[in-house]
Formats: sequence, structure tokens, C-alpha cells
Amino acid sequence: MKGLRTLCIGLVCILAFAGGLQAKTLKLAMDADPVSLDPQVQLSGGMLQYSHMVFDPLIRWTQDMTFEPRLAKSWERLDPTTVRFHLRKGVTFHSGNPFTAEDVVWTLERLKRSQDFKGLFEPFAGAKAVDKHTVDLITKEPYPLLLNMATYIFPMDSEFYTGTDAEGKAKDAIVKTGYSFANTHESGTGKYMVTQRQQGVRVVFEEYENYWDTDSPGNIDKIVLTPIKKDATRVAALLSGDVDFIMPVPPQDYARISRTDGIKLVTLPGSRIITFQLNQKRRPEFENRKVRQAIVHAVNNAGIAQKIMTGKATAAGQQAPEGYLGYVEELTPRYDLQKAKELMAEAGYADGFECSMIAPNNRYVNDEKIAEAVVSMLGKIGITVNLKTMPKAQYWDQFDAQVADIQMIGWHPDTEDSANYTEFLLMCPNKETGYGQYNSGNYCNPKVDELIKQCQSETDREKRAQMLKEVERILYKDAAFVPLHWQHLSWAGTEDLRIKPIVNVMNFPYFGDLVME
Amino acid sequence: MFAFILRRILQAVLVMFVISVIGFAIKHNVGDPVRQITGISVSETEREALRDELGLNDPVYIQFGRFLADAVHGDLGTSFFYKKPATQVILSKAPATIELVVVSALIIVGLSVPLGIFAAIRPRHIFSRVVMGASIVGVSIPVFLTAIMGIYLFSIQLGWLPSFGRGATLNLWGWHTGFLTLDGWLHLILPSLSLSSIMLPLFIRLIRSEMMEVLETEYIKYAWAKGLNAYRIWFVHAFKNTLLPVITVGGVQLGITIAFTILTETVFQWQGLGFLFMEAVERSDTSLLVAYLMFVGLVMVVVNTVVDIIYGMVNPTVRITGAA
Repeated sequence: MKGLRTLCIGLVCILAFAGGLQAKTLKLAMDADPVSLDPQVQLSGGMLQYSHMVFDPLIRWTQDMTFEPRLAKSWERLDPTTVRFHLRKGVTFHSGNPFTAEDVVWTLERLKRSQDFKGLFEPFAGAKAVDKHTVDLITKEPYPLLLNMATYIFPMDSEFYTGTDAEGKAKDAIVKTGYSFANTHESGTGKYMVTQRQQGVRVVFEEYENYWDTDSPGNIDKIVLTPIKKDATRVAALLSGDVDFIMPVPPQDYARISRTDGIKLVTLPGSRIITFQLNQKRRPEFENRKVRQAIVHAVNNAGIAQKIMTGKATAAGQQAPEGYLGYVEELTPRYDLQKAKELMAEAGYADGFECSMIAPNNRYVNDEKIAEAVVSMLGKIGITVNLKTMPKAQYWDQFDAQVADIQMIGWHPDTEDSANYTEFLLMCPNKETGYGQYNSGNYCNPKVDELIKQCQSETDREKRAQMLKEVERILYKDAAFVPLHWQHLSWAGTEDLRIKPIVNVMNFPYFGDLVME
Repeated sequence: MFAFILRRILQAVLVMFVISVIGFAIKHNVGDPVRQITGISVSETEREALRDELGLNDPVYIQFGRFLADAVHGDLGTSFFYKKPATQVILSKAPATIELVVVSALIIVGLSVPLGIFAAIRPRHIFSRVVMGASIVGVSIPVFLTAIMGIYLFSIQLGWLPSFGRGATLNLWGWHTGFLTLDGWLHLILPSLSLSSIMLPLFIRLIRSEMMEVLETEYIKYAWAKGLNAYRIWFVHAFKNTLLPVITVGGVQLGITIAFTILTETVFQWQGLGFLFMEAVERSDTSLLVAYLMFVGLVMVVVNTVVDIIYGMVNPTVRITGAA
């Protein structure tokens, strides 16, 4: 009996070992798994990470924020509204269908129907197939961000998604809350095919044997993705060797992971800005520029980045981080308590006043702690703040209803472009156009609006940069909002993974290029 | 018996109805599901259109009426996140929780009965004192702390046991079981020990005190006087009467255990109902939330019914059918 058991265990070990020799499997844990297999059903970080594994975009961002070819080999601007893309030949979808210009046209049409993507693709008139491997992307007006948007075009297999399924429903339907063919089937051109999926439990990706990118050094044949929502459990899984790679990494565990042998931490400065908005409609005090400036001067954001974020954040004086078009070097954080008190006195509020604040407690890194720190900092200039924090599931409704005088919001531009921050956070709120959708400070400056509208159709990079910089300067002078910091992004994995080359500030690791030694 | 079962069914329906009302009342405070299923940059008009489509803009009583009409047909709505009928999602997650609770229950029964009896028979024995002391400590440590300490010690430091999940499961006619693989059992150890840690001390103390009380009774003294075998007195005569209150408490505790699975499952990422519930709250997956509450209500009613029936078997003097 005992001999038999030993034999069995021995066999299992041999089998496991033999399997290990053949295939390199990455056990990956993220805080969430893709909500669907349909890349156009929801615009979220998790879905884009998935899209980069199973589909390929026309072009994609590199680590230094330039574009590199993927399904498009090259591209050139034909006229102010048209860019021509030359597509890679010999690419096939997972279904075996060949990839052609028609698929790009079909994909863009579907994007313009998708609830989440239609806003981003509003400037586009459509795509035109010139021949099998050439496609023109055409915008309604001259549009400077056409290439930025091309990183969101992940061509789908038009043949595979056309027609009706067994239930007689259209295969190309975009359904958010129920069954659809596209939610449960995929056919992309990406390196990985989804071979098994239990939603919320695990997704198994296996290499597509006819993948076109044979130059990539990536050598992972199989990825097992497990969503682990709880930070502590995710870190424990990495420390105990149950998984090889985790994202995101909670800041309180940075030190521990760096200390542990066989595991390494990789961080990159990110572009998600964390801010507080001062509601000028609710509080007459906030209409006074001096009060707003006092508040900005009272908030020691460098201290918060150092202490609360353990140095894994960059204190900000403006919206866009370095590397963005609108970044102005001299707009630095300006903590100065003495000056803040003077400004309060000049504004006639030497005794301060009382106001309310809300912040989420599970949306941004250490959001609740940051809010508490700011409350105590404002206390030093006589502003008594009543803080209420809540989970993100409830937060956004409260935010929209503007239930408090000071509200926290973080923002990362889908377009990777400076203008996007202002469009959503600081332009005059307008239900018709959708501008200022998250402007709960009700800051409204016609000059800023005009500059942003102008730069939307300015294709001259230099001119556009000047406008965006001008906007940042105005916002700085006006103390339109309270900037805190840009969150860093973090990943951690075992020593044998070359993580650094595949990560980027968008937080879409290119797992297809991951090398396991 | 028939009348009893019928009454229980009616009771179950009433309980489910009340739960659905409460579920609906809290549903609107959990958050906005539309927020969870759209990207942050989606315009307000698009969101409004989606709310209309999902019927979230209708008055609450209309939504509730629609929900009841569907519920009568066994349709508890569609989970936004899983994009499947909520009942289907719950049934697919139930095996994980049932297996966890069953193993924990076995651990509790397997340990508390012998330990409790021993502590009752030999109250002054050093071992009894250690057990009783340990049980005080056990009762006062919260379950998630036990779980985290377990992970720290056995997964991170020693590397003996996996830290999360269910491991390899086999599909038996739709029931994904972890009982048939070594990996599945390894994954079960820490969660089931954590879960049983909260109930085990309670049962040890309960069995001990009941047993001590029974051992003082006249009929046991008579049995000693008759010169019966000590083991027969302890395990047949005394233990049988010890069981009555234990079963009653056990039934109630089983319900509480289901509540405790929420903590245990969250810490261990154990893909069962408790974990599902937490996730549903975080994602404002409101249909799933209400469905879960109703399911748990049903389980409670069923468990209590079964406990009543067993009670009748153990103690014939309790006649459940006779009560009008």
C-alpha cells in the first residue's frame, strides 16, 4: 500500500516535471479578470489588458510614449483628415480567417456603436478599405489624436462575428448585462487564445500556433489568470509561490516584496493624477481665488507622496505628468503653510470656516488616508473639514450629485493626452456637449474652454503644445483644483521573469513579449 | 408530518418574500450597477439610456412587481457581472461553500465530541484543562485573523499549503468538486480549519457542560449502581441525552457558519457563495445580491426543518406534527 502511494506521488512528480519542460506557464494574479471576451463591451483597464493578449491593435504605445507598428506596418498622413495604414500580410485570426482591411472597417463601425467606445471615436467618420492590405482612417475634422485612437482599434474577425448564433441572436451584438455570442467567444489575431474560462475564477490563455509576431522574444506558452481581489491574499499568493506575477501591488507591501529573495518589484511613474475639486457653486468661499490658492499652498502633497505613498508617487503641481504635451516644467508643487495663512487672511477668512469633503476608500491607492491627511492640513489654516469616505460602488453617484464641498477624483486620460484631463475635469460643465462631466468644482473659465476646443483640431504638434501649456498655466494661477500626485504603477513577479521591458504607463503589460528564463 | 411539511413550505415562501422586500430596499443603497458596467468616460446620456433599457428608472414598486412576477417562474434576474441568470451563478458557486461547510462540520464533530466528553468525564485532568483554556482563546480570535495567521505560517513561511483558491476541481455532473484531487484537499485544509476554529471551542464547551449535567442525573447514578460498564453509561446512556441541545444549537450555528464563510472565503479567495456575496456588494451586482439573500433564506428554512425532524427522531417525546 505504502509502496503504491509512493509510486503514485512519484508519477505525479515526473508528469509535472515533464510538463514543466515542455511548456512555460505563467501563473498570473490580477485584481480582476476580464468582464467579457468582447473587447468592445467595456472601456476599462482590465478589458484593455485582455485585448492586448487576445487581439492586436493597429499600433501600440511603447514605454517611452511613442507608437510602434502592430497589425499596421506603417502609416502616413494623406490629408488633414485622413491617415493611411498599410497592414501586415499573412496575419490570421484564431478562427483561421485571414486578416484584411475589411476587418478594420468592420471593427471601427462596431466601435462607433459601442456605448463605452463611441465617445472616443466620435471624431471619426469611418474607415475605408483601399485594397486588401491598405486602410484609410478618416476623421470628420482634422484630428490630432488619430494615432492615439488607433491604439484602441483591435481588429476583430468580421467573418467570425457576422451572422446569427444558435439562439438566433446576432453575433455582433454588444450586450453589457446578459448573454451574447461575443461575450463568450473570441477570435482575434493576438498571441493567446482563451481556452478555458470560469468567470471570476480563472481564465486560461494558450498560445495561438500561427501567431504572426515570430520576432518577439516572448516565450510564455500558457497564461493562467486568477483574479484575486484582496490585496493581502494576492501578495500572499506571490510570496508562497502559488502565482508568479501580480498586479497591482499594494504599497504597504513594497518593502516586503523587495526584501524577499526570488521576487522583484517593478514600478513606473504613472499618469493618473489624484486631485481635490473645490465646489464654487456650493461654497461662496471657494469662488475667491485667494482661498483656493491658500488651500493649494496648505496641502503638503510632497509629504503625502513621501509618507503615505512611501515614495511611490510623484507630487504634482499640474494635471499632466512629464512626457505629456501640456507639461510645464516650472509648475511645481507649492506647499507653503505661512503663505497659505497669509492668503486666507487677505481673503478675509483669517478665522477659517467649516466645509464637507467626500472621498472613495477603495478606488485609488490609499485614497482614504490621503483624504484624512488633507483634512488635517486644512485644519492648520482654520478650515474645519467633515470627511466622509465610502466604497467606489456608492461614490460616483454621490460625486455626480455633488453632495460635498470638496470631492476627490483621480483621472487617467484614455487618449494619453493632456487635453483629456481638462475636458472631463475642468471645462465648464455642459450637459449637451458632455464637457466637464466630472467638474464638481464648477470651475468655469471661457479662456480655458476656448483653448481646449481649438487644440482639438490643431494637428501641428508644436502649436498644440503651446495651447495645452497655456491651459496648465491658467489653471495653476487660478488654483482651479488641488493637485496631489501621480500614482505610480506597480508589478511584482519572480526573479526569472523579465518584467521591465513589457510594462508601460498605460498599465497594459504586453505579455506576448514576456520572457521567462 | 404532511401538515408540518406544508406549514414549513408556506413559512419558507413567507421568509423569502420578506427577504426579497428587504433585499430590494437595500438594493438602491448598494450603488449604481450602471456605473460598474460602463467605463468612467462614458457620457451621462449613454448611462441614462442604459438605465432605461435595464428598467432601473421605473418606480421601485414597478421594479419589485416585475421581480416578483419573474421570481414566481424561478427567474431571479440576471447578474450584471456574470451575464448569466443569477440562480445559475449561485448554483454554480454553491458546491464550493457546501464542501467547505461539510468539511468544517466534520472537523467540528470529529473533535468536539471526544474532547467534550473527555473534559466532562475527567474535568480535573491536565489535558481537559488545556483543552478548556485553549477553547477560551479560540473563541476570542476572529476568524479572519486565524485565516491570515494560517496563510502566513503554512503558506508563506513553510510553503506547505496553498494560500488561496480551490485548486484542481473535477466536474461531476455539473458539481465541481475538490474532494477527488489531492490538490483540492490541500486547498481545503486552511479554509476549513479557519472556519471550524470559531465553532469548535463553542461545541466543546457545550458538550462538556451538557454531559456533566447529565452525569449528575438520577438515572445515571442508577446505572452506576446496577454496575453497568462505564463506557456503556458514558456513550450510550449519557451521550444520547447530551445530544439534544447540541443538535438544536448546531442547527442555529450552521446558519451562522454560512455567515462566517463570507469572511473565510474572502480571505482565501474561496470561490463560493460568501465570496460571491462580497463581490456582488462591491460590484453593485444588485440582482445577484437579492438572489443570494433569498437563497440563504431558503437554506436557513431547510436546515431548521431538518433539525426539527432529527430532533423528533432523537427525542420521541417531542411531537412536531401534534402541535396545531
